[in-house]
Amino acid sequence: MGMTMIEKVVSRNVGKAVKPGDIVTVSVDRVMLDDIMMPFIVDKFREMGFRDVWDPDKVVLIYDHLVPATQVDDTRHYHVSDDFADEQGLPHVHRSDGICHQLMTEAGYVKPGDVVFGTDSHTVTYGCVGAFSTGIGYTEMAGILGTGELWIRVPETIRININGTLPSNVTSKDIILTIIGKLRADGATYMALELAGDVVDGMSVASRMTIANMSVECGAKCCLFAPDEKTAEYCGVELTDELRELRADSDASYAMTLELRAEDFVPVVACPSQVDAVKPAAEAAGTRIDQVFIGSCTNGRLEDLMLAAEVLKGRKVAPYVKLIVTPASRKVYLEALRNGTIDILAKAGAMITHPSCGLCCGRAGGILSDGERVVATNNRNFLGRMGTSKVEIYLASPATAAESAVQGEIAWRKA
Amino acid sequence: MGKVFRFGKDVDTDQIIASQYLLYPTIDEMKAHTFESLDKGFSSRVNEGDFVVAAENFGCGSSREQAPAVLKALGVKAVIAKSFARIFFRNAINIGLPVIVCGELYDIVSDGDEIELDMDEGCIKTCGRDIACTKLPPKMQEILNQGGLIASLNREV
Repeated sequence: MGMTMIEKVVSRNVGKAVKPGDIVTVSVDRVMLDDIMMPFIVDKFREMGFRDVWDPDKVVLIYDHLVPATQVDDTRHYHVSDDFADEQGLPHVHRSDGICHQLMTEAGYVKPGDVVFGTDSHTVTYGCVGAFSTGIGYTEMAGILGTGELWIRVPETIRININGTLPSNVTSKDIILTIIGKLRADGATYMALELAGDVVDGMSVASRMTIANMSVECGAKCCLFAPDEKTAEYCGVELTDELRELRADSDASYAMTLELRAEDFVPVVACPSQVDAVKPAAEAAGTRIDQVFIGSCTNGRLEDLMLAAEVLKGRKVAPYVKLIVTPASRKVYLEALRNGTIDILAKAGAMITHPSCGLCCGRAGGILSDGERVVATNNRNFLGRMGTSKVEIYLASPATAAESAVQGEIAWRKA
Repeated sequence: MGKVFRFGKDVDTDQIIASQYLLYPTIDEMKAHTFESLDKGFSSRVNEGDFVVAAENFGCGSSREQAPAVLKALGVKAVIAKSFARIFFRNAINIGLPVIVCGELYDIVSDGDEIELDMDEGCIKTCGRDIACTKLPPKMQEILNQGGLIASLNREV
């Protein structure tokens, strides 16, 4: 019997063939620690009696949720993190370079076939380069920091094939929202997703990141894309036979297979306050909005900002709408400055903020109040996420968000 | 015996403990804000030994371990749901909060009902009935029996 991608990645790590349901202990290739969880990670690390991190080179510490500080308490997290980094001699610390999930692949910390854990649920993002990565709590992270290992259950896999030609106004965000709408918020719980087909082959790594990032919103443990030439180029590695071999076998066994026709996709939105409350943007059109947020580890990359700029070029944001644009990393920010994207966005009326988690985690500028509505390109529209519990959050692609900003109501780009 | 606090489906971690409270230095300072957007009085009404009962996908969303931690700190004896989100489930076991999968209980009990849980037998008693619930995999039950991952790792060392 052949193997799925996740079965291959885990088998490679543990040095023996595994199957779904097996409980195995993996050797961890990298971990990601973020600022918001650091004080708890450090406390637990000490409580467990560890003194030294198992391998400082495998640890990446990123300040992103609390950058720049908006409350006095935020700075405590920097100090605890700085002290731990000094004490342990951590070589990879990013204090203002961008969002953790963007930096982990962008800065080359994650390669195809790696096993990676992070203290944030969107750690699933790194499946975009064919790594097994998932989120864990701070106690388990403390355990890894001391031992370099974690036990996992090998998941079953849902295979999603997308073939054909996408309509010109559909993005990878519309694809993943549509998939979540079909599978529902718990449809892939404990399972791996594996995406394939012409549409996936034609996608940039950035677009694959958007899909992998949101896979956790249908409960998935991870979401893997087979490494190809684009992956190799993005990761700065050679596409060896070993990496090609990570692709699923043609006779692999799946818990479920979805065959989706590219032509059937349309621009969609996820309505308040469930990520799986997905409907065509056309059905929500005309809903008046107060704010638009374009950014986050889901959709804050160069292609996302350029898509928004394409929609906004020579136009103005509606007078009563605040448009907030947050690039996912400093690198993205600089590229968008150099190629004129930021110029277009700013002239249209956008407020450009420093790369960080920003409004997505409800801690930065742009907090909303009762009865206000926002169209946002991030991954969650949960109750109370961007302010009070009476704020309505609609999730959408950067194109839909930008068009809505101009119209002052939910609107979408025609094909 | 403990009282039931009943919640619906897809209860996410932002609803259990909102992100603005994650910056409080201790779980004890956070716990008063548990379920604030769903049931403002929860933290003052819940007593040691009570149960949270929910439908599908309890604890979906973020990886914040503070979500099971505030429930444990308030004295919740176990969360019994039709199903759990993956990270919440692991986090709960790791801090020693029992998470019990039970398809039937949610549709039978109301808010405030008294129930009794026997984890060894995989059984819940309520309204004169015995309801079967799923037992944990041995690896997880072992961590839970030892009081969580820290106690378990300390024992291995």
